[in-house]
Amino acid sequence: MTADGEAYGPVKRKEDGRFIRGQGTFTDDIQLPGMLHGAVLRSPLAHARIVSVDTLAAEAHPRVRAVITGQTLHERKVAWMPTLSQDVQAVLATDKVRFQGQEIAFVIAEDRYSARDALELIAVEYEPLPPVVDATRALDAGAPVIRDDLTGKQDNHIFDWEAGDAAATDAVFASADVVVAQDMLYPRSHPAPLETCGMVAEFNQVAGQLTVWTTSQAPHAHRTLYALILGLPEHKIRVVSPDIGGGFGNKVPIYPGYLCTIIGSMITGKPVKWVEDRSENLMSTTFARDYHMHGEMAATRDGRILALRARVLADHGAFNGSAQPSKFPAGFFHIFTGSYDLRAAHCQVTGVYTNKAPGGVAYSCSFRITEAVYLVERMTDILAAELGMDPAELRMKNLLRPEQFPYTCPTGWQYDSGDYPRALQVAMDIAGYPELRREQAEKRERGEYMGIGISFFTEGVGAGPRKHMDILGLGMADGASLRVHPTGKAVLSVSCQTQGQGHETTFAQIVAQELGLTPDDVEVVHGDTDRTPFGLGTYGSRSTPVSGAAAAVVARKVRERAKIVASAMLEVSPGDLEWSGGRWQVRGDPEKARSIAEIALAAHGALELPDGVEGHLNAETVYNPPSLTHPFGAYICVTDVDPGTGQVRIRRFIAVDDCGVRINPMIVEGQVHGGLADGVGMALMQVIAFDSGGNCLGGSFMDYLLPTAVECPSWELGATVTPSPHHPIGAKGVGESATVGSPPAIVNSVLDALRPFGVRHADMPLTPANVWSAIQGRPHRSDLLTS
Amino acid sequence: MQVPAYVEYEKATSVEHALGLLAKFGPEARILAGGHSLIPMMKLRLVQPETLIDINGLSELSYVTVDNGRLRIGALTRHAQLLDAAAAGAHFAILHDAERVIADPVVRNWGTIGGSLCQADPSEDLSATFAALKATMIIRGPGGSRTVPAREFHTGAYQTVVAPGELLTEISIAIRPGGGSAYEKVGRRVGDWPVAAAAVAVWLDPETGGTITDAGLGLTAVGARSFAAAEAEDFLRGAAATEASYAEAGRIAAEHCNPASDQRGPAEYKRHLAGELTVRALRRAVRRARQQPGGEP
Amino acid sequence: MQITVTVNGAEHVREVEARLLLIHFLRDDLGLTGSHWGCDTSNCGACVVWLDETPVKSCTVLAAMADGHRVRTVEGLATNAASEEGSGEARGGGWGAGGGELDPVQQGFTECHGLQCGFCTPGMMMTARWLLDRNPDPSPEEIREALSGILCRCTGYENIVRSVLWASKHEAAGRASE
Repeated sequence: MTADGEAYGPVKRKEDGRFIRGQGTFTDDIQLPGMLHGAVLRSPLAHARIVSVDTLAAEAHPRVRAVITGQTLHERKVAWMPTLSQDVQAVLATDKVRFQGQEIAFVIAEDRYSARDALELIAVEYEPLPPVVDATRALDAGAPVIRDDLTGKQDNHIFDWEAGDAAATDAVFASADVVVAQDMLYPRSHPAPLETCGMVAEFNQVAGQLTVWTTSQAPHAHRTLYALILGLPEHKIRVVSPDIGGGFGNKVPIYPGYLCTIIGSMITGKPVKWVEDRSENLMSTTFARDYHMHGEMAATRDGRILALRARVLADHGAFNGSAQPSKFPAGFFHIFTGSYDLRAAHCQVTGVYTNKAPGGVAYSCSFRITEAVYLVERMTDILAAELGMDPAELRMKNLLRPEQFPYTCPTGWQYDSGDYPRALQVAMDIAGYPELRREQAEKRERGEYMGIGISFFTEGVGAGPRKHMDILGLGMADGASLRVHPTGKAVLSVSCQTQGQGHETTFAQIVAQELGLTPDDVEVVHGDTDRTPFGLGTYGSRSTPVSGAAAAVVARKVRERAKIVASAMLEVSPGDLEWSGGRWQVRGDPEKARSIAEIALAAHGALELPDGVEGHLNAETVYNPPSLTHPFGAYICVTDVDPGTGQVRIRRFIAVDDCGVRINPMIVEGQVHGGLADGVGMALMQVIAFDSGGNCLGGSFMDYLLPTAVECPSWELGATVTPSPHHPIGAKGVGESATVGSPPAIVNSVLDALRPFGVRHADMPLTPANVWSAIQGRPHRSDLLTS
Repeated sequence: MQVPAYVEYEKATSVEHALGLLAKFGPEARILAGGHSLIPMMKLRLVQPETLIDINGLSELSYVTVDNGRLRIGALTRHAQLLDAAAAGAHFAILHDAERVIADPVVRNWGTIGGSLCQADPSEDLSATFAALKATMIIRGPGGSRTVPAREFHTGAYQTVVAPGELLTEISIAIRPGGGSAYEKVGRRVGDWPVAAAAVAVWLDPETGGTITDAGLGLTAVGARSFAAAEAEDFLRGAAATEASYAEAGRIAAEHCNPASDQRGPAEYKRHLAGELTVRALRRAVRRARQQPGGEP
Repeated sequence: MQITVTVNGAEHVREVEARLLLIHFLRDDLGLTGSHWGCDTSNCGACVVWLDETPVKSCTVLAAMADGHRVRTVEGLATNAASEEGSGEARGGGWGAGGGELDPVQQGFTECHGLQCGFCTPGMMMTARWLLDRNPDPSPEEIREALSGILCRCTGYENIVRSVLWASKHEAAGRASE
């Protein structure tokens, strides 16, 4: 505990002990007696009819126990499964393959090397079909139809969606002094957690009990889905998420490999393990982004931003498997109104199928807010350039003011709280903004090019109120249950699922804070559907806003129950007690007080309790958040660009975040650091590219490049704290903020450096080739390689 | 993670033994040194040798020495050893420049010089480096040793003159006074294969240091024949060591290479880099040559 | 073929296929699951262990190449570690549990929040330990360069650098006792 009994603060992590000793338990660490190993055969072609699948040679391999094909699954009525976006996805292909890397067959063998060998013994005959690779051509007349499995489907169109007031927005644009427009691509990337996805499945045929240990960010949701898909009673399914080596949204969906592993266990009667390799992860699991955007911004001559318009073409891959609340096919993209006081806004999103892996919502996007913030912050810089105005000055002029909160933006989001100008000023002070601009001017005289880029973002996290937000009909609420043992130690069970965020520490801190305990007195249980309450899991930065709130609420319930027991102990009425210094104390009489530990023992003891009061300090809650929370931040990036080679070096990165009350500032900063590195990757080097044949060019870490310690600067962090008015402890969540805010800061910085060359915009990733090509006025597109 | 196909394994106890095993197991056998080129290919099943001949025990092939006016590098020398070898850096700074940008420190602990050269990837940094230095490769076979100039060592992408029954044993470079060398590489990220790179070794006239008496120019990953920019070398020989000469050499080098467009960048960009990096490497190599009368710092 | 490998001080004799990768030998045959794997192309460094005195990417080394050699994994980083073979048991929270005295590198990672999901951590720590043995007072730039072959997706590297700096300043002060 820190001073004053405050349990919040930079408490060292409780979970570290096992990891620094190499004693974490990740999915691939699990070994069960008699366990078999699975491997997936995947399509080499992006689009092809399946003529035949011959598994005889594979089945004859001496160490192979079973081979599953689409036909096997078809007979069990699980060849197709529902996606998180009300589409269906093939588990194992039956009629066609629709993306390179799609699952064709599943081999189960005695060891992983034999399973891999046996894949080569499966003979598949394909009839190649022309692929749709360029999303901008997916709706062309005569384009090959990818989803002919859907009755009556004649094109590759998935959905149209819009938000805002088109007429009002058009009117503002029509009369505005200045309008700037820009096409911009947020290229396809991939979350690539260091641990790939996998599962160990054990189906006990006698008991009819399925147990899976798996990389799942949402174990309860997965359990419900397995029940629905496999027709198993839900109470006979146990989903355990052991230690998870990073999620970042990659471990939200259910993948075909998981279902094959479960069915493999059913067929063989043995536990089956399947852990994908890296190429499978990059080529078949949920990608992120791939938004082709057109933005327009209207403003006055003197720099008042009036309105924003956006049209988006969303490449969803071959199946619509993006993971977001069901009423929002484009996620929360319509928060693209950003952090400025706009008169009007309108956005329109069209989703299309292409012959690529499914997904789209992943990689810390907060349901497409990465895309939204990138659009508005790039448009703001483009406007600043058009007006000849300093980008910081333009932002300061247009940022929402504290007195405007709670603020409802033109597309309906209600931002809860914020002091935006202060955050920007803090960032500028840390950066030494005026000195940087002077340095930039001096360097330009000498033919050296540095850039200063700003990004100001408003997040929207903590999904969400169940009447507005559900995934496949499951409301986005989360539960918590708390038990205090007779000796005053507590166990908190939560439905959210850490993949490194430190919940075993931060949630213990929340309960400790509410009950006057120390974090060591509180054990956090997570990741086992048999031991935790139902909830929708961890992604979209929702753990603190939703489960954190649930933890505080349930602790307060326990505290209220304890008050009644304390009143019996002290022989006063409950109204005479106040909570002070971590104890229930008679008002005005500090000697007469009882701690939670003392009260717990009494509750379970022989003390006579008032009528109707049961002898325990346990409670449960399901927290239905009233609204989203809105963390925000101001980021400034300083880059040096070498125009002779196009190389970019990030010299400095200043990040000021406001995530409301900080439970553990050390963990908050760690989350921010990690997200900033994501920005370096996306802005400068990451892209899952394809060639015109639909071949995925980002199938390994040799080509899908991730930033190392060398490309990342020493991050300079600042903080402001504007509590959320509707959250029980005023916290907002922060996990994805830096991933959302950093790419535009870096891109704005590089383009600021390139202004003397007349470059108005260049798409990510700003690789040396792309930067150099932009300088030449011949931009190079790196997401789609045409030969 | 992907895993190799079934393979047999033999451990060589001497160079002679290794050659004997190569003869016995024929062309489907492969030498296993550091394995950091071969094993990744085997995991992806791009190559499937029948037998591996492990030569990691042949410490007699691991050395960096100066001998008879030559810097001699044993083929089994690890990248990290070459980077740590003061003698190598003292005579040819380019070797340390190049090693510093090959892969990462952990990979450099185990990958070998010989392994990298025999892998013969068109993006291999050391190929252009040794081409610039006009090194000599020593190859041992059943009939004895033969020498091959670096520029004749590679015959195509992933192809060298090392025959199935042979073993690369040494790379050696003549040490001459008055020289300076440098390697300039652009990659998309630290440890990445090069988008393009230039390797330069120059010798200046001993009186004024104002004239380039000899030059070796190597280019990586831009389809340069034998990893060398011979036409630019011809221009530099006898030219004044000035910015104008560097620019012209860069222009000629860029004109005569043959880059392909790929994920790392369009051909136009790589061609530009061939020129730009040649210029930068020349500047640095000349500066180093001038820093000491006898050669490199 | 039969191989004899000394891992964290204990000798193991096993019958293996030549193609068995060292990382799989350590994890699956010996149950030492502290070292991880995260890629197919020798890029991510989650598998870094020591082969004799140097860190190597054990996904790119055959178990056969370790025959007659010594291997050190994260389980052998603490001095006088109680067990060399993984038991798979949870060792409890905090860092007061488990056997052996923590290496200053391990302590540094806990002090400075150098890990989040823990998957890259063994690779980072084994490489950091090697760096500090050769260069006891590295600069942040030298630390970043030394770790450039290990990828982390969670921490943004800043706290990893701070963890290694902490370890470099706490070596002579001795080890934390358990």
